[in-house]
Amino acid sequence: MDYCPHTSDDIAQMQSLIGISTLDELFADIPEQFRIKQIPDVPGALSEMETLSVLNGLAGKNNLTRLTLTGAGAYHHYIPAVVGHLIGRAEFYTAYTPYQAEISQGILQSIYEYQTMIARLTGTEIANASMYDGASAMAEAAVLCAKMSDRKKIIVARSVHPEYRKVLKTYSWANGYVVVESDYAPSGQIDMNELQRELDDQVAAVIIQSPNFFGVLEDVAPAAEVAHQKGAMLIAGFTDGTSLGVLKPAGASGADFVVGEGQSFGNPLNYGGPYLGIFAAREKFMRRIPGRLVGATVDKKGRRGFVLTLQTREQHIRREKATSNICSNEALCALAAGIYLAALGKNLKRLAELNIDKGQYLKNKLLELSGWKEVFSAPVYNEFVLRCPDARKVNEKLKQAGIIGGYDLQRDYPELENALLFCATEMISREDIDKVAAILR
Amino acid sequence: MELIFEISKPGRAAADIPASDVPTVNLENIIGSQYLREELELPEVAEIDLVRHYTNLSRRNFGVDLGFYPLGSCTMKYNPKINENTAALPGFTGLHPYAGAEFIQGNLQLMAEMQKYLSNIFGMAEFTLQPAAGAHGELTGVMMIKKYFEKKGQKRHMILIPDAAHGTNPASSALCGFEVRELKSNSEGGVDIEHLESLMTEDVAALMLTNPNTLGLFERNIEKVAAIVHGKGGLLYGDGANANAFLGKARPGDLGFDVIQLNLHKTFSTPHGGGGPGSGPVGVGQALVDFLPVPRVVKRDNQYAWSEDFPDSIGRVRAFYGNFSVIVKAYTYIRSLGAEGLKRATEMAVLNANYIKERLKTYFDLPYDRICMHECVFSGKKQVAESGVHTTDIAKCLIDYGYHPPTIYFPLIVPEAMMIEPTETESRETLDTFCDAMIAIAKEVRKNPEGVKNAPVTTPVSRLDEVLAARRPDVCWKES
Amino acid sequence: MSKPNPTDRYYSRDHEWLIYYSDGTALIGITDYAQEMLTDIVFVDLPEIGRKVVPHATVAVVESVKSVSDIFSPVTGEVIEVNQALEDTPELINQDAFGEGWIVSLRLSDPEELKMLLTAADYEEMIKEEK
Repeated sequence: MDYCPHTSDDIAQMQSLIGISTLDELFADIPEQFRIKQIPDVPGALSEMETLSVLNGLAGKNNLTRLTLTGAGAYHHYIPAVVGHLIGRAEFYTAYTPYQAEISQGILQSIYEYQTMIARLTGTEIANASMYDGASAMAEAAVLCAKMSDRKKIIVARSVHPEYRKVLKTYSWANGYVVVESDYAPSGQIDMNELQRELDDQVAAVIIQSPNFFGVLEDVAPAAEVAHQKGAMLIAGFTDGTSLGVLKPAGASGADFVVGEGQSFGNPLNYGGPYLGIFAAREKFMRRIPGRLVGATVDKKGRRGFVLTLQTREQHIRREKATSNICSNEALCALAAGIYLAALGKNLKRLAELNIDKGQYLKNKLLELSGWKEVFSAPVYNEFVLRCPDARKVNEKLKQAGIIGGYDLQRDYPELENALLFCATEMISREDIDKVAAILR
Repeated sequence: MELIFEISKPGRAAADIPASDVPTVNLENIIGSQYLREELELPEVAEIDLVRHYTNLSRRNFGVDLGFYPLGSCTMKYNPKINENTAALPGFTGLHPYAGAEFIQGNLQLMAEMQKYLSNIFGMAEFTLQPAAGAHGELTGVMMIKKYFEKKGQKRHMILIPDAAHGTNPASSALCGFEVRELKSNSEGGVDIEHLESLMTEDVAALMLTNPNTLGLFERNIEKVAAIVHGKGGLLYGDGANANAFLGKARPGDLGFDVIQLNLHKTFSTPHGGGGPGSGPVGVGQALVDFLPVPRVVKRDNQYAWSEDFPDSIGRVRAFYGNFSVIVKAYTYIRSLGAEGLKRATEMAVLNANYIKERLKTYFDLPYDRICMHECVFSGKKQVAESGVHTTDIAKCLIDYGYHPPTIYFPLIVPEAMMIEPTETESRETLDTFCDAMIAIAKEVRKNPEGVKNAPVTTPVSRLDEVLAARRPDVCWKES
Repeated sequence: MSKPNPTDRYYSRDHEWLIYYSDGTALIGITDYAQEMLTDIVFVDLPEIGRKVVPHATVAVVESVKSVSDIFSPVTGEVIEVNQALEDTPELINQDAFGEGWIVSLRLSDPEELKMLLTAADYEEMIKEEK
C-alpha cells in the first residue's frame, strides 16, 4: 500500500520547479558513503487485504482468554459503546496537541472537563491533562517533591505496585535520589511504626497506594499526618480507578498529590498500553506540576474559550530547568476517561459496589476450598490476597481451562509463598466464579 | 458551548449497571465508613446529550482527516484506517498484561519483529518499545548513557545540545543529572565544528543531535561530528523526531549514532489523538544493548517470552511493556508500505517540502536557502518590518483559509519562525492551494495588516486571552 | 516607547534598578525597558524572607505567557521584604515598573558594591547599544 498521491507527472513537474532532474539530488547532503539503496531485511509492500491477513494471523496466535482473575494494575471493565464511537471521531483522534486554540476548542474543552472530573474524583483541587501511565505519574510526582523541597530521599510503601516501585527507582537513580521501602503490617496496610522510624528531615515524599497492590485500603490520613510532621509530602496512588466511586479519595485525607492509573475509565486492556496517567494535586502546586494544563479564558468578544496554560512550567519554554520533560501525553485515553465518567455519572458508585460484591463472592467461594486462608485483615476493594496450598498448581489448573488465575505474589514478595492476588470486576458472573471454584475443588 | 457539567441534571445517566447476580454486601460492614466517600460530583447526562456534547466538541476541532496540517516537526501525515482496524482486533485489545507466555505468542512475535524491523531501518543493534512517547524515549536514552559511563567508572557530567534543539533534549538531560551546554549553529544551520571541538572534552557524556536538524537541514559534517564526539570517548545521541527525512536513504547507526529515539506517531503514521498516545522506541548500538530497559522479549526453544534477566539494565521506565496498540498500528504501517514504500514515503516528503520552499521563498524570508529535507523553515521578519504583522498573525490567517498553521516561533534561532512540514501524503493540488493561500496572505499583510491581525474570524472563538488564563488560572470548573 | 529612567537610583546591566536608603536597605525592581521586552507579566516567583543573595544570583523569577526570566540581584545582601501585591497583580510591573512594581527589598552587606552599578545615563547608553 502506498499513501502518496503523486502521479509520475506530478513528480516530474515538481522536480522541474525545484530545479532537479532526479529525486536523488534531494539527498545530496547525505555523505555518499552513507547512502543506502534499500532498507535491508524489511519485507515488501502488502495490499490492504494482505496486511489485514498478516495481522489477523498474529492476533490469532494469541490465546484470547475467556476469564481473567488478575487485576494487579490493569482492570477488565465494561466499556459503554458510546466511548469507542465518540473517541473515534477523526476530528479528535487525527489531531495533534492543541497548539492553535481557535481550531482546537473541542479537545481543549474536553481536557478542561476531564481535569475537573479527576480533581473531584480524587478530592484535590487540580489535575493535569494526563501523564503516560500510573507508574510514571507516580515517579514524576516523587521527582517534583524532591526538587521542590531540595531533599533527596523518597519513602515508598512496599505495598505499592512492584512495577511502579521499579519505575520510581529508575527515575530516582537518574536524578540522584534515594528510595527507601517501608514494609507492610499484618493488616496489609503500611506499617506506621516503621514509617515513622524511617521518616526524617531528608524525606521529600512518602508514597502509598489505596487500594494498594494487595487490594487493601490504606488509612491515608495518619500517613499524611506523619509525613507532614517531618515536612514531607504525601503522594497517594490507587489501583483500580473505579474504586473511587465509593472510596474516600486520598485528596480528602490530606494527600498532597493523587496519582494513579486511569485505564479502568473506558480504556481497553490492550496488553498494557496505552494507559492513562492520572496526576492530581493541591492547588498550591499548580505552577510546578508536570504536564499540560488547560485553562478557561475569554476571547476578544468575551466568549468563553480554552487554552493550554501555565506553559512556562514545560520543557519547550523552561528547557533544562523544567521539572519534567513530558511533551506528548495520553490525550485520547483521557478523552475516553472523560466520556466514560460522564456516561456513568453517579452510576460509578453502583459500579464500584458491584465490584465489591463480586470480589467478596469470589473471595468467599475460594475460602471454602480446603487449605485456603486470607492473608491480610484490612478491608479491600475488588482485589484480595489468599494463601492456598500450591499457587502454581492453582494457576496451572485455571490455565488449562483458559482462565488467567491470580497474580503470584511470590515473584515480588519472597515471604508471600503460595499467596495469590485475585481480582473480580463486573465482567465476572456468578456462574464464572462457581466454575472457578469447581475447577479448583 | 456549554460544559458537560452545565447540562447535567440529577437523576440522569448514559450508562447503566447490571443488577448484581451475587449477594449484595453492606458497605459499612465490609469496608467501614471511614473509608467511604460522601459525595460523587460527576456529570449526570442522558446518552443522547452525552453523544451530542462530544460530537459538537469534535466539530470544534481540526484533524488531519479534515485538512492539511503542516505542523513542522510533528509529521502530521495521514493515519491509515487499516491501522485502526488491526489494532482493534480483539486478539490484541483483550489481553491482560499479566497473561502468561502461552496466551500472548502473537503479541510477542509482533513486538520482536517490530524491534527487528526498526533495527534494520535505522541500522541499530537493538530496540526497546517500552517508552510511551518520544520524550519518554529520550529520557530512556539519556538514562542508558548515564548507566554506560557509570559502568565504565567515568564521571561525565555534561551533555552538549545545539541551540536549535527541541526543549525536550535539555529537559531529559537535566532529569538525569547532566549539565547542559549549548552548541552553536554555523552559518549554514549545521553544527559549528570549531565550537564543538572546544566544548568536547572528557567531561562530556554525549552530544544530542537532531538530524536533519530543526531547520530541516541534513548535517553535512555528520562524519566529522561523530568522530569528534567518539574521539573523546563520548556518545552520539540521535533525536529521531525528524526520521521521516531519511527512511531508506541513510541509517543513523551507519552515520555513527549510538542511540536514537523515535516517535511512532510521527514517522510511522499512528494518530496523535489530540496530544497522545505516542510511542517512543529507542534503538541502541552494540555498546548500549546491555542497558536497555527490562523486560525484554527473548526467544527460547521457538517460544517467545519476557525476560528481566539483564543485570546492567537501567530498569523500567513505565509499567508493563509499552503503548502496545500504538505499536500494532506502526507495525501495520511498516508491513503495508514495505521497505520500498518507506523509502518512497521519505522521497515524497522531501520532494513536497522542497516544492513548498521554492514556491514561497520569494514571498517569505528563507534564512537558509539550500535543499531542505522533510521540512522548511521561513522567517516572518520581512512582514514584521514592512507591516508590523507577526508570524502568529499569519498563522491565524491560515486558519481562515482552512489550514492548520505550521509550527511557529520554533526553532528559536530563527526569528518569527514558520516551520512547514507537508509530509508525503499530500497531493500536489493540496500543496498548491496551500501555497496560494500563503501568497495571498503575504499580499494581504501589505494591503490590510489590521485584517490579518484580527484573524481568525471563521472559528467558534477568536483569539483567546492567554494572559488572563495565566494570571488568573482556572483549570477546574467550579459551580458559581 | 519606554518610560524615562529615573535618576534617583542605580541600574544594573541585567536591567534591574536599585534605590539605596540611608538605613542600609535597598528596593529592587526591573526597568520599564525590561518589562516591555518581557511583555505581559503573568506571575512573579518571589523569594522567601531571609534568603541571602550575591551579585548575579537569582532573586526572583518573572514569567510571561511564553517566557521565564530570572531577576538577578545587583548586590550582596539579604531579602527583608517582598512585594506581596505582585502575587495577585503581577501586572503592576507592566503598569509601574519603577514604582508600585518593585520586587524585593534587600539589606545590603556591602554598600561599596553600588559603585559597580550604572547611573541612569549609563544605562540609557547601554540599551541604546543593545537596540
